[in-house]
Amino acid sequence: MIRWLFDHSLRQKIPLWGAVLIICPTVFLSGLMMYHTYGDSKNSIVAGATALGRVLSKTLAPSLIHDDLWRAFEMVRAPMTTSGQPDGATPDTITVISPRREVVVSSDPQRLPTLSPISRLDRELWPISKPDFKISETRPAVIEEAGSQFIYMTFPIADRGLYLGALVIRYPRSHLYAKFWEVAIDSALLGLAVLVILLPVNWYWGQRMAVPLVKLASLMKGISGRPPEKFATESYGYKDELGQMFAAYNNMVDVLEEKAALERQVLSSNRLAAIGRLTAGIAHEINNPLSGMLTSIDTQEKLGTLDERSARAFGLIKRGLQQIRDTMGALLVEARPKKRWLEPRDLEDVRTLLQHEVATGRIDLQIVTDIPDRVPIPAGAVRQIMMNLLHNAVRAAGMAEAGEVRAFIAGIGADLVIRVTNNGETLNEDRLGDLFEPFVTNHEGGNGLGLWVTYQLVSQLGGTIDVNSDETQVEFIVRLPVAEDEKTS
Amino acid sequence: MKRLPKRNRREFMLAAAGLLVLPVGIRPAHGEGQVIRFGVTPAFLHDRQQVLKAWQTYMSRRLGKTIQFIRRDSYRETMELIRRNQIDFAWICDYPYLRLEDKVRLLAVPRYQGRPAYRSYLIVGTGDTTTKSYKDLSGKIFAYADPYSNTGYLAPRFEIRRQGDDPASYFRKTFFTWSHRKVIEAVASGLANAGAVDSYVWESLAKVEPELTGKTRIVWRSPEFGFPPLIAHAGNVGEGEFKTMQTLLLGMAADKEGRKILQSLNLDDFTIGNRSLYESVADMMRVFGEYPAR
Repeated sequence: MIRWLFDHSLRQKIPLWGAVLIICPTVFLSGLMMYHTYGDSKNSIVAGATALGRVLSKTLAPSLIHDDLWRAFEMVRAPMTTSGQPDGATPDTITVISPRREVVVSSDPQRLPTLSPISRLDRELWPISKPDFKISETRPAVIEEAGSQFIYMTFPIADRGLYLGALVIRYPRSHLYAKFWEVAIDSALLGLAVLVILLPVNWYWGQRMAVPLVKLASLMKGISGRPPEKFATESYGYKDELGQMFAAYNNMVDVLEEKAALERQVLSSNRLAAIGRLTAGIAHEINNPLSGMLTSIDTQEKLGTLDERSARAFGLIKRGLQQIRDTMGALLVEARPKKRWLEPRDLEDVRTLLQHEVATGRIDLQIVTDIPDRVPIPAGAVRQIMMNLLHNAVRAAGMAEAGEVRAFIAGIGADLVIRVTNNGETLNEDRLGDLFEPFVTNHEGGNGLGLWVTYQLVSQLGGTIDVNSDETQVEFIVRLPVAEDEKTS
Repeated sequence: MKRLPKRNRREFMLAAAGLLVLPVGIRPAHGEGQVIRFGVTPAFLHDRQQVLKAWQTYMSRRLGKTIQFIRRDSYRETMELIRRNQIDFAWICDYPYLRLEDKVRLLAVPRYQGRPAYRSYLIVGTGDTTTKSYKDLSGKIFAYADPYSNTGYLAPRFEIRRQGDDPASYFRKTFFTWSHRKVIEAVASGLANAGAVDSYVWESLAKVEPELTGKTRIVWRSPEFGFPPLIAHAGNVGEGEFKTMQTLLLGMAADKEGRKILQSLNLDDFTIGNRSLYESVADMMRVFGEYPAR
């Protein structure tokens, strides 16, 4: 049951507990105030009664000695008619009780008749009327019985050590209660005012805290496999612990996203490597018999013994085999190292080769190069990587209004970096996933081998290729390591 | 020893101071002096300051002399002043009048409800619906007015004696309130079960404070007695002065201002009266051995 109370959302718990924390002290303080008021009222009654009782007990003594009932009556009646007491704490009745426990005189003879034994006056004098009740003969006393609706004060009346009787001043508790309720209502109103001010503040503050936390909790609940959404930091703009936690959460989302991207990349390169090994194996198996077949067809053609029909058939077979060889050749990418190192003029050649295509597509092509005279990287491979990337870029940019292609090639650190961007059609997640796989093409007439070949070349040279696509451009970045020893030679 | 009321003390001090600075030849205040001392007992007017003041002014103007009312809280004190020749005139109860017969002269008797007479009323609280006479009050708490009051002490004791009981032990407790008005208060509040009161005081109070008398019930009315007389001090007041004062009093009903005062006092007028009016009171006193036998 109690746990159930604590299992609720912070959205309810923070304002509720806040309200409890506000209401409890308010109620407690109000109660304390009321308790003190009761005590204060009682003290003021006791103080008033003490002053009255001391005077009366002294002035009554002669009347009691002379048995002057009328004078005694006038004395006990006087305080009842003059309302000189503070806080309306006028006594209810004043009674003089003889040592024989009879009423000598009282301010209200109808209810407390003279000479009546007090044991018959339970209604008026309980608990003093109890037979075993001992009225102090030496000092004033306050009598406050739990069941009684009155507070009594007794004062001994004595003349030179002779005890003449007791003066009993009675106050109804209703005076106290009236005062008590007055203050109770006041403090209840005050408490309400405090609550009216504090509860909305508490509610606002609770919402301010709870809403971002609740949002965060629901975001984190969504973490399973995929990286979750980021937290909108503007909904909590402070740098306290909560703000730090939201920031840390966002950092974690970043890390998760990076990790996911890395995983995707590793997965993709593993697949590409496997495909590479498979195609190379198949190509070799096909190339061996293919060479034999082409050689024997050549031999037959050179002999010139073939009739026309056979010669046509052989020609057909030969062209088919050659097409197979070309395809196999394309699949069997080889960097063929150390043939010739890269020089600036290789890049000039690339530009020249692309000129026709650029002109027909009305593309704005700019190539920035910053390489030394000789870079120890096989020139053929680099030329083919450049050609493939730029060929794709020019064709993609051709789709745009004003096609732009930018290429940049430079030695950065230990790497040769090639960066090619175009402002053509952007690539979505799916396209990016299988971009480098063979026979995947996005346009008619393509064989889907351009990027596959590029990837194989970059891989064989020990480099990396990355592709980024955003709203404005598609970017390919190739990093090729430059061999140390080759560079110096 | 009772202390003088503050005001009277001040007046006394002023008079004493006046005596010291007065030139020799002017007679002191007692006797036929400039100030006439008029004693009033708590029986009637004690609580009626305004009426008293009007009467004082009336008489002073008519006489061309200053009238000084001398009020005391008990009959005994006023009687003491007469005995010491410190009063010239007084309005006293029948009982003190008869006690001081050798020192005073009957000056005038007020007429009340057409007759120079009044009674003693036995009153109980309105809560008591059964009491019919003194016979029902044995063992009760009883309020007397004053030990020298006729209607408030002598008459009730006489009635108890007449029914064959001893007034000293008849009641469980008795006390004096020292004025008729306070007897009514004592009975109305319940302090006393019953009390004896002057019919003139009760009836007069019923006109001005009906809420007080309304808390009491008259259960018994005594026979008529001579109304409390106004007396002159036989030694202090000369014949001329006696006549002047008597004439003034008897003439009050004849003028407008005097009638107004009489009205306030709830009286008809003043008559000369005579000693025989008080014979029934003397008879009651004889029962208690307080008056010489015939």
